[in-house]
Amino acid sequence: MKELRLMKGNEAVAEAAIRAGADGYFGYPITPQSEILEYLMAQKPYETTGMVVLQAESEVAAINMVYGGASCGKKVMTSSSSPGISLKMEGISYIAGAELPALIVNVVRGGPGLGTIQPSQSDYFQATKGGGHGDYRLIVLAPSSVQEMYDFVKLGFDLSFKYRNPAMILTDGVIGQMMEKVELDDQIPRSTREEIIKACPWATTGKTPDRERNIITSLDLDSSKQEKHVLKLGAKYDKMEAEEVRYETFGCDDAEYIFVAFGSSARICQKSMEMGRAKGIKVGLLRPITLFPFPKKPIKELAKKVKGMLVVEMNLGQMIEDVQLAAECKTKIEHYGRTGGIIPTPEGILNALEKQIIGG
Amino acid sequence: MTREEIIKEENLVYKKTALFTDKALSYCPGCGHGTVHRLILETIEEMGIQASTIGVAPVGCAVLAYEFMDIDMMQAAHGRAPALATAVKRLNPDQYVFTYQGDGDLAAIGTAETIHACNRGENFTIIFINNGIYGMTGGQMAPTTLPNMKASTCPYGRDTAMMGNPLKMTELVAQLPGTYYVTRQSVHTAGAVRKCKKAIRKAFENQKLDKGVSFVEVVSNCNSGWKMTPVQSNKWMEENMFPYYPLGDIKVPQV
Amino acid sequence: MAKVQGAIVINIERCKGCEVCVGVCPESVIAMSKAVNGKGYHYAEPINENCTGCTNCAVVCPDGVITVYRVKI
Repeated sequence: MKELRLMKGNEAVAEAAIRAGADGYFGYPITPQSEILEYLMAQKPYETTGMVVLQAESEVAAINMVYGGASCGKKVMTSSSSPGISLKMEGISYIAGAELPALIVNVVRGGPGLGTIQPSQSDYFQATKGGGHGDYRLIVLAPSSVQEMYDFVKLGFDLSFKYRNPAMILTDGVIGQMMEKVELDDQIPRSTREEIIKACPWATTGKTPDRERNIITSLDLDSSKQEKHVLKLGAKYDKMEAEEVRYETFGCDDAEYIFVAFGSSARICQKSMEMGRAKGIKVGLLRPITLFPFPKKPIKELAKKVKGMLVVEMNLGQMIEDVQLAAECKTKIEHYGRTGGIIPTPEGILNALEKQIIGG
Repeated sequence: MTREEIIKEENLVYKKTALFTDKALSYCPGCGHGTVHRLILETIEEMGIQASTIGVAPVGCAVLAYEFMDIDMMQAAHGRAPALATAVKRLNPDQYVFTYQGDGDLAAIGTAETIHACNRGENFTIIFINNGIYGMTGGQMAPTTLPNMKASTCPYGRDTAMMGNPLKMTELVAQLPGTYYVTRQSVHTAGAVRKCKKAIRKAFENQKLDKGVSFVEVVSNCNSGWKMTPVQSNKWMEENMFPYYPLGDIKVPQV
Repeated sequence: MAKVQGAIVINIERCKGCEVCVGVCPESVIAMSKAVNGKGYHYAEPINENCTGCTNCAVVCPDGVITVYRVKI
C-alpha cells in the first residue's frame, strides 16, 4: 500500500522532486506557483537528501542556475508561471542547445504581459513551438490531476536524461492550486558522484586524466558543425515523436464527435462528455498528455471516422493548429476557448459542440 | 656557456603551463586575456586541482576560453556566469569553481547575477577582465568606458551627462558582506603579472575556507578596440585607466 | 660579470608580434624580426647573449610563446 496524502498540485511537484532524488531546485516567487519553493523550503530537503534549494534573484538567474547544475549531470529543476517562463526562455534555449537534462514547470496564468494570476493555457505555443530562440523542442507534459503533477516530475526527469533535452510540465493554476489525494513513491536516493560520472560521461565533473575535458556549450562558429549539431537535435526530436507520444482517450470507440483538450480543460470536457452522452450525443475525448511529441496519429485516425472535433483550450486557439495539422482536413475542427483566467464550464463546452460542430 | 648548453631541461625556469590546450589563442596580439588565462591555468596546475576545477566562460572575447583551457568548462549565456557558478558550487562543494567574465558581461547585462552571487557569499572565484570596451562585438561602449573615451557607440567620447558614468563594479561588490577578497590587478608588466598571479592563487585558495566570493578584477588593454598598438595601449592604460581604476587590494580577509 | 646566464626559446609560429616582451627585458635581449611567421607577424627573437633568465618576457607574453632557461655560472 502506497503512502497517500492530500496535497495541492504545486506541493505535489515539490514533494515529487524530493522523492525523485532531485539534486537541486532553483526558483523565484510568482503566483500561482510559489508553493513549490515554499514547500521545499519548509521541508528542508537539504538536511535530509542533500537537495539544494535556492531562491534566486530572478527567473533569469534561476534558469541559469539550472543550466549550471545540469552541466554537472545533476538532476535539477525550476518552476515559474508565464511571465517568469518568458524570462527563462533564453536559458531554456541554451539548455536545449547544449543538450542538457532539466525539468521546468510552468503553472500557466493568463497573459499576455502581466495578464492575470488566474489559470490559462495560453502558453501552449511557447512551450511546444520554442519560445526561446533557435531550432529546439521541449518534451512537454500536460498533467490533468494532482497525481499527474506528482508523477510527471519523475517522468520529466527520466525523459530529460534519456534524451539530454529539457522537459517541461505545462500545467495551470487550476491543477497547481487544487487539492487531491496523491499516491507517493518511496524516496529515490540522489545519484552519487560515481553514478553521475558513469551515467553522464559528458558532464563537467572535473577533468580526470582518463578522459578528455568536457565542455558544455551551445556555440559553434563553424556553420557546417553547427548544422550537424542542429540535425542531431532534429533526429532526437524525431525519435521522441516516434517513441514518446502519450495520450488518453475516453469514449472514442463509438464516438461521432471528439473533444480534444489537455490539462484542466480535459477534466472539464469529461463532464461535458457525460452530459452530452446523457442527451444521446456520442462524444468522446482525446487528451494529449505529451504536447510535444504531439499525438498526431491517433488524432488522424479519429478524424477519419468522426463527424467533427471540438478543441477546447483556455486560450484563443493554439493546440487547435496541431490538431488541424494532424487531422489533415479529414473532419470538421472548431475551437472553443475562454481566456483571461476564465475557466470554461461543462455546459459552455457542450453548447459549443452542439452549435459549432453538430449544428454548424 | 653557449646558448645550446643553457637550453637543457635541467635549466628550465619558465615554460607555458601544460594545462593550455594546443589551440592557438584567438585573442588579438598583446591582449591581456591570454596572460590571465595562463595565470589561472598555472594556479590550477600548481594547486594540483585540474580534476576538481570547473570553469564558466562568458559571452565576450573570452567566449571560447574553453577552447584553450584543458579543464572541464561550461559556456554561459551573456552575464549569467555567476548564476551557473552558484549552482555548480552548491551542488559540488568540493570542486573549485570560477567564472571568467568581461566588463560587458559582468558589469552590464550580468549586474544582477554578479551582485547577488557576491551578496549571497557564494564560495567561488570571479575573474573580471575590465578593458573599458566591448571587444568582441567591435569596440562599443562598455559600462566601464572612461569619461570622454571614444568607442564605436560613443564616437565623440563618453558623455557622462548623456551616457552615465563608468561603473566601478569592484568597489561596489567590496561593500557586500558576501565578498571575502576583492582586488584589482593588471598584467601589463612582469611585476604586475607576478602580483596578479598571487591574487588569483589566493582567490582560488580561499575556496577552501568557504568564506564567500573572491573577486579579482584585472584592468586590461584592448588595443584593437582602443585602436593603438599593444605597447601604446599599455601606456594609455597606465595613464588613463589606472587613475579611475586604481590597482591594489580593496578588501582583504581579516585574519 | 653576471652570476647567471639565461637563454630564451621563442615559438615563433605562435608569436603575434605584440612587442610587449621587448620593453620588459632589462638586458635588451629581444627585438622584432624583419622576417614574418606563417601568420604574417614580425616575431620576437633574441638578438644577443645578455639574457639573465629573469623570465620577465615569458611572464608578460600573452600567448605564452617564450620558454626560459637559466644556469648559475
